[in-house]
Amino acid sequence: MGMTITEKILADHAGLKEVVPGQLITGKLDLALANDITGPVAIQEFAKFNMDKVWDPSKIALVPDHFTPNKDIASAELSKSLRLFARDQKIVHYWEQGRVGIEHCLLPEQGVTLPGDVIIGADSHTCTYGALGAFATGVGSTDLAAGLATGEAWFRVPESMKFVFKGQNFQPWVGGKDLILYTIGKIGVDGARYRAMEFAGEGIEALSMDNRFTICNMAIEAGAKNGIIAPDDKTLAYVKERAERPFKIYQSDPNAQYAELYEFNIEDIPLQVAFPHLPENAKSVEEAHGIRIDQVVIGSCTNGRLEDLRIAAEILRGKSVHRDIRLIVIPGTQNIYKQAMKEGLIDIFIDAGAVVSTPTCGPCLGGYMGILAKGERALSTTNRNFVGRMGHPESEVYLSGPAVAAASAVKGEIVHPQEVA
Amino acid sequence: MSKAWRFGDDVDTDVIIPARYLNKTSHKHLAAHCMEDVDASFAEAVQVGDVIVGGKNFGCGSSREHAPLAIKSAGVQVVIAESFARIFYRNSLNIGLPILECSEAARGIQAGDDVSVNLETGEILNVTQGTRFQARPFPPFMQELIKAGGLIPYIKGRKNNA
Repeated sequence: MGMTITEKILADHAGLKEVVPGQLITGKLDLALANDITGPVAIQEFAKFNMDKVWDPSKIALVPDHFTPNKDIASAELSKSLRLFARDQKIVHYWEQGRVGIEHCLLPEQGVTLPGDVIIGADSHTCTYGALGAFATGVGSTDLAAGLATGEAWFRVPESMKFVFKGQNFQPWVGGKDLILYTIGKIGVDGARYRAMEFAGEGIEALSMDNRFTICNMAIEAGAKNGIIAPDDKTLAYVKERAERPFKIYQSDPNAQYAELYEFNIEDIPLQVAFPHLPENAKSVEEAHGIRIDQVVIGSCTNGRLEDLRIAAEILRGKSVHRDIRLIVIPGTQNIYKQAMKEGLIDIFIDAGAVVSTPTCGPCLGGYMGILAKGERALSTTNRNFVGRMGHPESEVYLSGPAVAAASAVKGEIVHPQEVA
Repeated sequence: MSKAWRFGDDVDTDVIIPARYLNKTSHKHLAAHCMEDVDASFAEAVQVGDVIVGGKNFGCGSSREHAPLAIKSAGVQVVIAESFARIFYRNSLNIGLPILECSEAARGIQAGDDVSVNLETGEILNVTQGTRFQARPFPPFMQELIKAGGLIPYIKGRKNNA
């Protein structure tokens, strides 16, 4: 029987010829990662194994990105415990502030995550790496601790759902964020619960790697175990200059079995805005027209990559952020930041009246660097708009891609980019 | 008496324990802010042995293990829901927070009802209304994990037996 790309990767890492959905397997890990919130808890759990050394210091990534540069003493203590563990265990993939970036932007950029890998991360957006054709899934700190100790994790092989995007006739400004919000809007926040979301079709083939990362990043917002896109020439071009170890390319068999198949026409997908308080409340930007906002955030592991900044800058060039709006722009990594500087994007942001921050997850999860007060409303390129996500429990978050976010920052209310450009 | 606390569908980990409290890992600290953004009275009023009842997709969102830890540390005996988000499901088993999947119970228990739960058999009794429900049994592997007291004791036990 044919297998999906997800099934093939899992079978290979379990030393099996074949796996079927529902099967419980133990898989060998290529990478286990954690951040400054989940890492310290995993370190405490790892101590319970009474082991001197982690399984393999070259296959672990510890990324202090959530509350860094540290916002208070308590978070500084968390970072300290991560730092000391990394030093003590000689963890290869640890970056100090000044070199670190947002984990799911940084690790692919540095070639740490590669096609065909099995990756667990104590961060729900670990599913981002599926854009490389890897099996990557979020876990908690205890699962991560077990991974640090054993180099293995147990998995229930997920059923796969296939999402085919037909055509390449994109509406103006539409990108990966709109495709994934549209999809979540169709299936709901538990529409892919426990399942793999496989994205395919001409529409996906047309997208850059940055856009593909955005799509797989939000598979978790439909409840999925992983999101995945089979590698093609664009994937190979991306990893070729980065990979420091061998990797393997997998493709789904033509006769692979899918629990469900969805087909969407690219030309039917308008710019999306997800209303509070769930990502499934996705509507066209026209339906959000005129909603007044107080803050705009452009960044995060979802939309903090170079192309996102280029799109935002294209709209903001020569314009001013509305006087009642705080616009916060956060490049995902130091390399993205530097490239944005070289291209003059940072000048455009600052001239427009934006805050430009060092890479951090900060405001996305209501950590710091842009917390909302009671009754305030943000439009954000991040991934979640849950109650209290960005601050006060009575604040609100709307989600969009970078074009709508930048245009709305100029207008002071949610608008279609054509009203500004 | 085990009092039921009822919450709706898609209860996310951000409301179970908001990120502004994730700068500390002490269980007491997490318990003190459990469910704060949906019910500010919960953390103070919840009693040891109480039960949380949720709708579909309970625990969606972030992978923070702090969420089941906060619920467990607040003294909650078990979470009953129509369905659970997968990372929360895994985390709960791993840290030893009992969870039961049962649509009928999730719909048939009202806030404040007195609920009695047999974790071994998955039988749920609504004492107040005199109704009885049967939760879906866990697959054998998860039962072993639960019996061992979580993932780490399970792995250590397996190593010792190898």
